[in-house]
Amino acid sequence: MSTVRDRAVVIRLDELRGPVPARPHDARAIAALAANPGCTRRAVMDAAGVDKDLTARHVGFPAPFGQSQFAITRGNVFEALVKENGCAELLRLLRELLDLPVEQVGYQDVESVGSHLRHSHTRALIDRAARQDDGSAVFYDHPLLSLEIAGHTSYLEPDVVAFQIGGRFHIVEIKSFGMIDGQAEPDKVAAAARQAAVYVLALRTLMADLGHDPLRVSHDVVLVCPENFANRPTAALVDVRKQLSVLNRQLTRMTRIEQLLQGLPADVTFDLAPGEDGVPTRSADELAQALMRVPARYAPDCLSTCDMCMFCRHEARACGSTDLLGRQVRDQLGGVSGVDEALGLAEGTREPAEGQEEIARLLRLANRLREESLR
Amino acid sequence: MSALTALAQLRAIRDGVAQRITTVRHCHVSAQPMVLIPLKLAGEAAAPLAAMVGTDPGHPRLLVVPQPRNRDLRFAFAAGLAEVLLPYVEGFAKSTETVERRSGEPYERCLDAPQILVPNRSAASFVGLLGRSTRFRRADGPYPVHPSVPLLGRWLTYFADRSQQPGSSMLLVATEALSLHWATGQSGLEDANLAALMGWIDPPPGTSGRQAAEEAEDPLLWPPAGPATDPGFDNEVLGPAIRAYEEAPTDRAVDRVSQALRTQLDPTWRLMWRAVELLRSLPEGARVKDRWEFDRGSFTRFTERVAEGGPPQARRDGAVGAAARLAGLERARAGYDVQRAHDDPLLMAEYRLTGEAFAGTVTSADPEHSEGEGRSRKLRPLVTVRTGDPVRLTPGTVVGSPDRRGHAAEIVGIADGEITLKIVKGMGRGKTPVPGSVPEPGERVSYTSLTDDFQSSAALPDPERTPWTHGGPPQEYVPSDDDAQEEWL
Repeated sequence: MSTVRDRAVVIRLDELRGPVPARPHDARAIAALAANPGCTRRAVMDAAGVDKDLTARHVGFPAPFGQSQFAITRGNVFEALVKENGCAELLRLLRELLDLPVEQVGYQDVESVGSHLRHSHTRALIDRAARQDDGSAVFYDHPLLSLEIAGHTSYLEPDVVAFQIGGRFHIVEIKSFGMIDGQAEPDKVAAAARQAAVYVLALRTLMADLGHDPLRVSHDVVLVCPENFANRPTAALVDVRKQLSVLNRQLTRMTRIEQLLQGLPADVTFDLAPGEDGVPTRSADELAQALMRVPARYAPDCLSTCDMCMFCRHEARACGSTDLLGRQVRDQLGGVSGVDEALGLAEGTREPAEGQEEIARLLRLANRLREESLR
Repeated sequence: MSALTALAQLRAIRDGVAQRITTVRHCHVSAQPMVLIPLKLAGEAAAPLAAMVGTDPGHPRLLVVPQPRNRDLRFAFAAGLAEVLLPYVEGFAKSTETVERRSGEPYERCLDAPQILVPNRSAASFVGLLGRSTRFRRADGPYPVHPSVPLLGRWLTYFADRSQQPGSSMLLVATEALSLHWATGQSGLEDANLAALMGWIDPPPGTSGRQAAEEAEDPLLWPPAGPATDPGFDNEVLGPAIRAYEEAPTDRAVDRVSQALRTQLDPTWRLMWRAVELLRSLPEGARVKDRWEFDRGSFTRFTERVAEGGPPQARRDGAVGAAARLAGLERARAGYDVQRAHDDPLLMAEYRLTGEAFAGTVTSADPEHSEGEGRSRKLRPLVTVRTGDPVRLTPGTVVGSPDRRGHAAEIVGIADGEITLKIVKGMGRGKTPVPGSVPEPGERVSYTSLTDDFQSSAALPDPERTPWTHGGPPQEYVPSDDDAQEEWL
């Protein structure tokens, strides 16, 4: 890609977003990108840094994601506990987990320098640690990492600590869900692993940038959770290689956003410029029309990951799409995408198109068996 | 998921109402079930917040923890739950029957068993966690709790374990029991919302299932069925009420928390009993009784174990125990699937669709056909069936029939939708078949290669002979004070 074309893409993305600052991606948002790689609407909105939450609310389909104050408080209390006294508790855990003969550990709070310098400070600290490599262990609290996403730099403000020992860096992820008798809820662990993978990738990118070996950042992240029903933390290693490869693939795809943009009509924009009262000036209808001109790929999983889910579900319902029922059902229907189409094939009121003969026969048989058994 | 269920879902979308996917009911519904709706505090692993529980739809018992982070209040909650649940469970242990066995001593089995209904799978897991956090407690020593608390923990653990067992109806998950019988026009993920699922199945008059399900997603109209509460409710209603209790722990403050939680539980309570009614309205499948008998046997054994003073269930299974449990679950799953297909032509249709079963009309029969000469002469009636099903069975396959128990036939030949069968079992030992044992021309029959034959359990070593590859013999579990003192914050 030439620089000129590069700039053209950035300009087009800015147009799509309108005159508001691009919404930064946090690690959770970046991790969620991997959830539905086939969705153009999401890819374009994310690349342009459009505020999806505000967009969804403006068109009248707010996402059902809320967080309880109890969960937030609990998360903060637990994190503070783990990091107390220069991460003393964390050191105890890591000694046991990684079997470290570490007596002393350094502690660097990157936040001490003020927010505008945090990123360069993190960079400098990591560079120094990678160069010196005297085998000493250091915790880096509040580091600020960055990751390039479709021409935009996203800053990641992890609540995590990069831990360095013997030249290897580990990402430490602190979560407040319980690990009971050594087991935690699988989907929560999966979400934490996806998120940690983003940090691993960002730190590896930084290492490569600085001219160090990126593989000095371990793919084993340290997950710290409360043990059983108490507040006492416990730690486990989680291998995030799989999440890393998914993420890499997805980010490569996003750098090809150019192709996705080429398919869009030139006048489409998701501009949410606020008026004096802070409410977007654009009419909800117009915005919805613009959204519908970018194809989405709705799946029920979106309901737990994407801010646009209610809007896309509504759209899928309106056009009678079998996507509503989930991929499993769609597979059973041999990929037939319309509800009426599939029913027509099953009931024999519709002639199968070329290549549909096989699935039409199966559906007709299923229909006959169902009728026969219910008689 | 089968093409038949997918088709039913498409029809649900078109007709705007859930579609039946079975012709009979495949789970047991007790004459006197107990409904339990637990709520937990957001962000905590197992901090109970409230529960609505009881056997009388008109008189639920509401238990609340006005400050869920207070250990004493949690144990008071557990004792309160024990007060409701234990008498209910123990009531079933009183009347038993003697079961004769062909080999071995006769044994006692309870005539009926308890059945607990929870709204969704998360509630069932939460019951397990609640069991885990209470079963190791002690009534003596440091941090003593009410003696009913550890006992409650063992029962809750038992129920939660039992709900993993395919075909068991002791802890019934309402959304799963309903989804087993109805297909909706929404995804499985959305079906996990009890109110939305019930909206599709039983919409209020004048509303389509789809509209009812959409309404059910509004947490203000239909609070979530738990165990997680609506974040909006947490922030706007529950948070201030709990803070008020912290500032002044008066009866009024407790009342305020209770009233708030009641608003979240009442709608689900009504839905649960409506779900019970809907399930009851379906005719019961023939083998449901057999499976409930298994549940009764399991219940009886656990009651005995508790009475004998056995230790609480270990935190984790040993290697041999885990392997045995898995093998048992697999066998139960296979048996459960086959039994349901045999009980239900609509489920059998799924196997007809894949060619593992067929149904048709008998075109000719030779009931007195025999094979062999002299003393080795055997009665082998021949039957020819015409079918339109895409049969994928091959000659030599032994098939059974849902219509005739103990009946078995071997496929002799298949040609142009005509299948010739040789009956090898279930026609008696005489020279002529037992009347009614051989299908007659014109009769409608169905056959399948699925059989529910007894499978012997996998050969596993004794736990004390666990090989080193599997960690060697496990240490015997000895309850300790550490267990009893475990924090529960």
